[in-house]
This record gives sequence, structure tokens and C-alpha cells, in this order.
Amino acid sequence: MSEDIILAEEEKAKISLPESGPTGKNRLKMTVEKLNFFYGKNQVLFDISMDIQEHMVTALIGPSGCGKSTFLRTLNRMNETIPGVRMEGTIRLDGTDIYKDFDDPSAVRTRVGMVFQKSNPFPKSIFENVAYGLRVNGIKDRRIITEVVEDSLKRAFLWEEVKDKLENNAYMLSGGQQQRLCIARALAIRPEIILMDEPASALDPLSTSKIEDLIGELKKNYTIVIVTHNMQQAARISDYTAFFYEGILIEFGPTRKIFTKPGKKKTEDYITGRFG
Amino acid sequence: MKIREEIETVGSNKVSRVLAFSPKSSGMIPRFLTLMAVIIIIAMLAIIMANIFIGGVGTLSWEFLSRPPEQGMEAGGVFPAIFGTVALVLLMVIAVLPVGVLTAIYLQEYTRPDSKTTRLIRIAINNLAGVPSIVFGLFGLGFFIGFVGGGIDKVFSSSAGPVWGQPAIIWAALTLAILTLPVVIISTEEALRTIPRELKDASYALGGTKLQTIRRIILPQALPGIFTGSILAISRGAGEVAPIMFTGAAYYLPYLPQRLNDQFMELGYHIYIMATQSPDIEATKPILFGTVLVLLLLTFMLNLVAIMIRSRMRKRRANV
Repeated sequence: MSEDIILAEEEKAKISLPESGPTGKNRLKMTVEKLNFFYGKNQVLFDISMDIQEHMVTALIGPSGCGKSTFLRTLNRMNETIPGVRMEGTIRLDGTDIYKDFDDPSAVRTRVGMVFQKSNPFPKSIFENVAYGLRVNGIKDRRIITEVVEDSLKRAFLWEEVKDKLENNAYMLSGGQQQRLCIARALAIRPEIILMDEPASALDPLSTSKIEDLIGELKKNYTIVIVTHNMQQAARISDYTAFFYEGILIEFGPTRKIFTKPGKKKTEDYITGRFG
Repeated sequence: MKIREEIETVGSNKVSRVLAFSPKSSGMIPRFLTLMAVIIIIAMLAIIMANIFIGGVGTLSWEFLSRPPEQGMEAGGVFPAIFGTVALVLLMVIAVLPVGVLTAIYLQEYTRPDSKTTRLIRIAINNLAGVPSIVFGLFGLGFFIGFVGGGIDKVFSSSAGPVWGQPAIIWAALTLAILTLPVVIISTEEALRTIPRELKDASYALGGTKLQTIRRIILPQALPGIFTGSILAISRGAGEVAPIMFTGAAYYLPYLPQRLNDQFMELGYHIYIMATQSPDIEATKPILFGTVLVLLLLTFMLNLVAIMIRSRMRKRRANV
């Protein structure tokens, strides 16, 4: 095979992927340095260092059990809700150490929001679901709450579907609507970063594409880190991709590069579906 | 080769013969035995209920429910005992619920389930559940009346004799509360265990603290289970005689309890007194049956109310 053909192939691949990636004017939102993580004696993350760019979508990919979800949960200290875990290393949010400089993990979580794999609305009304984050953060003014609830539901593209039934129980919504409600709920406390743990894996294709559109819209105002099993999804929506394998960050870079010119054999094997 | 085949045929014939008979023989006997056990239980319950109902229904009247005992318990009603029982059980629930629910929350939300402390606490609770009720009665007498009540009297030394250091409805209720504590703890814990992790995670991820998560998410979800615990505690507590006979129940009182340190009459204790201490047992028999019936009905009614509240709460939770 001549070199020309290979180059042509690469050109094609480039065109089919979204034009995005580092543009130079972005700044670092979060930095992870030498992160090691243990469940009891069992180490699940090894020496991970990674930068997360502001207003970008960073996708974490890798086979099941590779530690990508665990890594995601270290970014807002959600790992601390599990007993018996231990962490080494530093994670900074705008230069502030989220473990050492914040006494209370809940203060970190108001700045780094999270959307889970399984939609998990509270058994409360749609309105109260979105208002919950405001209430636990001490906002009592009914007018402000009403405004923020409406705004958050609009940002999550859910307002038109629920505006007449805000007092209904959230469980009466469809699966896709529930997940968008959970996103609206996360948006209500005005986080700077949103972590998403396979937010569309339990949804039908139509709901999935709605969530993907939503992510594209949200990155204008938020920084997004998303765990996904779906390679096409990572390619479609992310600017940066990190490939995890057995607790090690194998490769991290602009999505376009990872999917067209992976630097490591492992990455290439995974992306081309040879394992995982 | 041929012999082998023969053996195999014979063998398999034997197997199939055994198989053909076994379902009948091994299926019928266990079925019969288990059915018998069920029949015995149902028959016992039916005999008890029928006996009490037939013996007591004739006595039941508005007079009986609303009047105090008269003529050495050979006439009159059981109103003071009904009043005392309800007051006792309510005080007991007020005492046992907060302690029981908080203990369960501690065990489920603040400790690791496999830690040594948790296991020790659980062993203690299980042992508490196994202590005979008469022991609780003696404990109540020694601890609540002698130590706590006597102590209060000493501090606010009243010359007129014991005010708190004597049998009283509050001490009887507290004794019963300790007796029913394991029931409340265990059913609350069960309710807490069923709350999905995802809901707690969602609350934490929105910046909720542990306390806020417990108050706003966990407790509302656990309410039906907590109610189940109270129902069980009421059923258990309303029928106990041994823990209250030293700690507050009175043989006969001409007045209803007004204050926490008053003594009181109680249905179970009243039944015990009439059955064993009455000068003329034959004469008090209809009243005795009537009282037993009232106690049963009262317990059923308290249960029914609690179950109704619980199911209404469940419904409200299911579809707001």
C-alpha cells in the first residue's frame, strides 16, 4: 500500500469527525496529578495525570472495569460516599485543591455537578426535583426558586414537555425525560463542570440523540466530562478523549487524533473493536 | 458387551421404576404434614377467638366500656383500664420512636455494616429482644423507679414522701419502650436498607450534606417502615403485663391518671388480677371474658389505624 493511499484514508477520517479540539484560547479547568485510587487494598487507578479544558467535552472511554467511572467520581468527591476507599494525588479546580482546600465535599459538588447512568429522580414532583439542589444549598426565596427551575428545565430542553405538570411526580415521566430532568436538576445549582456517567446508556436512540444534542448545547456554558461505552458517541460529542485500560490512562488527547491516529497499539485495538 | 447392555437396561429399569413411584410417596407425605401444621395453627386461633368472642360478647355494652369497675370487680366496666392502656401505649411510642429510629439511622448511615462496633451493637439489640419481659419489669423497678425517680426525689427533696420514686405511668411506659426498642430498630433498619443508593447519590451530588440527605430523602422514604415498627411495638406493648406490674399498673384506682407520675389501670393487668386475685372467680368470669375481648379489639384497632396511615402514606408516595 502506498503512502498516498494511507494519507487519503486519514483525510477521509478527518472529515467525518467533528472539527474541534484545542484551539489555544482555552484554559485549564481541572488538573489531575498522579492520582492513585484504592478500594480497600485493591488499587483501581494508577498514577493518572490529566488536564480538563474549560468549555470542552472530555470523554472517558475504555472496557468495563477499567476505572473510568471511579475516576469520574474522584472529580467531585463522590467516591467518598463509599466506605473503605483511599486516594493519593492532587485534583485542582481552578487551581484549588478539591480535597485539601475544601473542608466539605458538598461544597465541591455544588461546583462540580453529576448526572448518573441510571436516571435517579427523587420520588417528588418535577418541580421539587429541580428545586432540591437550591433548597439544600439554603435558597428559600420562592421567586428565585421558581425562576431557576424554569430556566434549568429550559436549558435541559424539557420545559415544553413538562411546563403544565410541574406538580406531577417525576416517576410519571419517560426514561429519556427522567434523564433530562436529572440534567436540569444538576444545572439548577449552576455548576461549572458537569460529570456524566454513561448518561444515555439506558435510553432508546431517540432519547440518546436528544441527550447528545443537549451536551453540545451545554458545553457553551459548562465544562463536561462524560464516561461512555459508545465509541461513536465519544467521537460525535467530545473534544478530548481519554482511553483507560485496567486502571491506567493509556492515551489522552484531542478526540480527532485518538480516533484517527492513536499513538498506542492498545488504543487502536480498542477503537477498532478488537477487544473490549 | 451383551451383558453390559443387559445390566444397563436393568439398571435403567430400576431407576425408572423408582422414579415412577417416588413422586407419589415423597410428595404426599410432606404435603400432608405441612398441611396438618397449618390446620393446627388455624384451629388454635379459631378456638381462641371463638371462645373469647362467645364468652365476652354478652358483656360488651356501652356501660361496660364507659364505667369503672364496681363491687369488687364483679360488676361495672373497664373504662379506666382502656384509658390507661391507650395512654400507656401512646407514651411508650413517644419514647421508643425517636430512640429506635435514631439507632437504626446510626447503624445504617453512619457505620460500616461489617465493622466490629456495628456487629457488637447488633448483638446487643438481638439480646435485648431475647430478654424475658419479667426481667424488664424488675429492671424498670430498680432503674427507673429506684434510681431515676428516687434520684429526682432526692434532688428536689420533698418531705411529703416519694413523688417520682414510685410506680407511675411514665416508668411503665419507659420500661415498655425498652422492651419494644428492638422491634422499632429492626423494622426501621429494614426500611432504610431498601432505599436505593442512587437516591442518596443524587442528593450528595447536588451538594446535599449527610444530614440534609437523611432528613429530606432517607427519612421520608423510610416512613412507612417506621410506621410498621410502631405497629409491631404497639401490638407487643399493649399486651404485656409483666413489665408494668411493678412499674406502674394499679390493682384498682378510683380516678384516671392525670399526671406522668400517676399510677394507672391497664387491661392486661386487669385481666390478670381478675383471673387470679378475685374473691369469686365464677362471678367475675363474664367480665373477665369481656375485658379480654376489649383488649383484643383495642389492639386490633390500634393496628388498623396505623396500617391505614401507612398505606395512605405509601399511596401518596407512589403517585403525587
